[in-house]
Amino acid sequence: MPSSARPGCRIPLPTASGAASVGLYLLLVCLVLALALNGAEAMGYNWQWYRVPEYLFAFTDDGFQWGEIALGLGATLKLSLQSFVLALGLGAVVALLRMSNLVVGNAIALAFLEIVRNLPLLILLYLFYYVLGPIFALDRYAAAVLCLGVYHAALVSEILRAGVGSVDGGQLEAARSVGMSSAQAYRHIVLPQAMKFLLPPMTGEAAHLIKSSAIVSVIAVVEMTTVGRNIIADTYMSFEIWFTIAAVYLLVILVLSLAAARMEQRYATAGRRK
Amino acid sequence: MADCDPVIELRNVDKFYGDFQALANVSMRLAPSERVVICGPSGSGKSTLVRCVNRLEEHSAGRIFVGGEELGAGKTNIRWVRMKVGMVFQQFNLFPHLSVLENLTIGPIRVRKLAKSRAIELAREYLARVDILDQAEKYPAQLSGGQQQRVAIARALCMEPSVMLFDEPTSALDPEMINEVLAVMADLAQSGMAMICVTHEMGFARRVADRMIFMDGGEIIESAPAERFFSHPQSERCRRFLDQVLER
Ligand SMILES: Nc1ncnc2c1ncn2[C@@H]1O[C@H](COP(=O)(O)OP(=O)(O)O)[C@@H](O)[C@H]1O
Ligand SMILES: [Mg+2]
Repeated sequence: MPSSARPGCRIPLPTASGAASVGLYLLLVCLVLALALNGAEAMGYNWQWYRVPEYLFAFTDDGFQWGEIALGLGATLKLSLQSFVLALGLGAVVALLRMSNLVVGNAIALAFLEIVRNLPLLILLYLFYYVLGPIFALDRYAAAVLCLGVYHAALVSEILRAGVGSVDGGQLEAARSVGMSSAQAYRHIVLPQAMKFLLPPMTGEAAHLIKSSAIVSVIAVVEMTTVGRNIIADTYMSFEIWFTIAAVYLLVILVLSLAAARMEQRYATAGRRK
Repeated sequence: MADCDPVIELRNVDKFYGDFQALANVSMRLAPSERVVICGPSGSGKSTLVRCVNRLEEHSAGRIFVGGEELGAGKTNIRWVRMKVGMVFQQFNLFPHLSVLENLTIGPIRVRKLAKSRAIELAREYLARVDILDQAEKYPAQLSGGQQQRVAIARALCMEPSVMLFDEPTSALDPEMINEVLAVMADLAQSGMAMICVTHEMGFARRVADRMIFMDGGEIIESAPAERFFSHPQSERCRRFLDQVLER
């Protein structure tokens, strides 16, 4: 497990920070599970765990088939990826406007940040779906992607700004002094060095986005949480299904964090290679 | 020398940071192959002057010409000016995520649009010239300060500039590394490169400078041929400054 004590990195790692905390976490999960099981017992809940696997995958006469939850996960990942790409692009534009010395650009970026950061995500979603939706003929999926993209663009832009700000100003000057354009200087000099400051909070932000994407189930966009609601409406297995879906979200976030820790180590050691 | 077209010319340049005046009515000319050393107490505006020449700072008033092109006069291509003017910083400012060789080739490849093979050839030529060819594959953090500064000089030379600016290139170095950097700079001067060099290394200045400039409070107090500057400084302030730096 990569150590979380890396000198020169001001942003704490959002990944599992050592065996101890993982252990503590598992202990807590077990405790909650035990309490829930106990409570369920007391109210005479009819457990049907044996029916859960078919919602993940099944072997039918046609061979291997993904179950509904697995397909829902695919939809969640696709929705999240599209929203994240939008958030990155929009966030980069906002960050650039914010760092520029254009008065108007600065004002626009600030207004965007203040509005988006101070609205509840659910209200933003309603604005996109019920207000902008009819005006611009957005379907529910487009409204969902736009809402998530815009909401996370605000957070991404601040991460980008902080990451770029943590690179020594002399680097930009040196790049300029050999005649590079601003775009070249950012692309070849500043951004590669900002990467190690950007990766940890960006991973956190990607995880945050995957989690907040569950909210689009309130406008019935098909994704894992919506799938869960539908299955429960048919089967009344609310305990089993919500436990399962929670576990799948947890697993995805964990895999993401581990991958990021890997990448981050590569960036941290680049430049010290022999 | 004085009557050929100057590589750099400043006419009555002022520079303000907010209300603070960092340069006041500064005028100077640098002829091709001329070596000017600028000295003066800390905060006297030496860095500001040098940085205005390649437009890392914009001057507030007056006119600056580089290779005949006026800075800030609408159509002047700043990137062209920066290619003509090599800059060496006090803190080296090497790109830490690139190898020594990549530090040298990135400008020629991205800005001068040279083929990669040609850029590498050029880089190796200049690395040999600053006597550091054997470190080409290393990263800046693996080099000593003196080596890093020599790489920084080579990086600037790879753009094949017509003038070099040095802003206290040895001030951040441990004493035992100062000479290796000064030797490279003296060699460069020998080869006929025009240069403006901010430094307090008066031994170097005596050997290399054609002309000395003394600044204080954002003004050029004294500008004279090196010999006369050291033997007969005109102003009281300059005499006192020279006494101080020469004592050390
Ligand atoms: N970016 C800046 N903003 C405000 N003041 C500055 C800035 N850069 C330099 N100065 C001021 O301008 C004066 C001259 O600075 P500088 O040119 O760096 O002097 P020197 O290189 O001779 O030590 C100093 O008083 C310094 O504080
Ligand atoms: Mg200075």
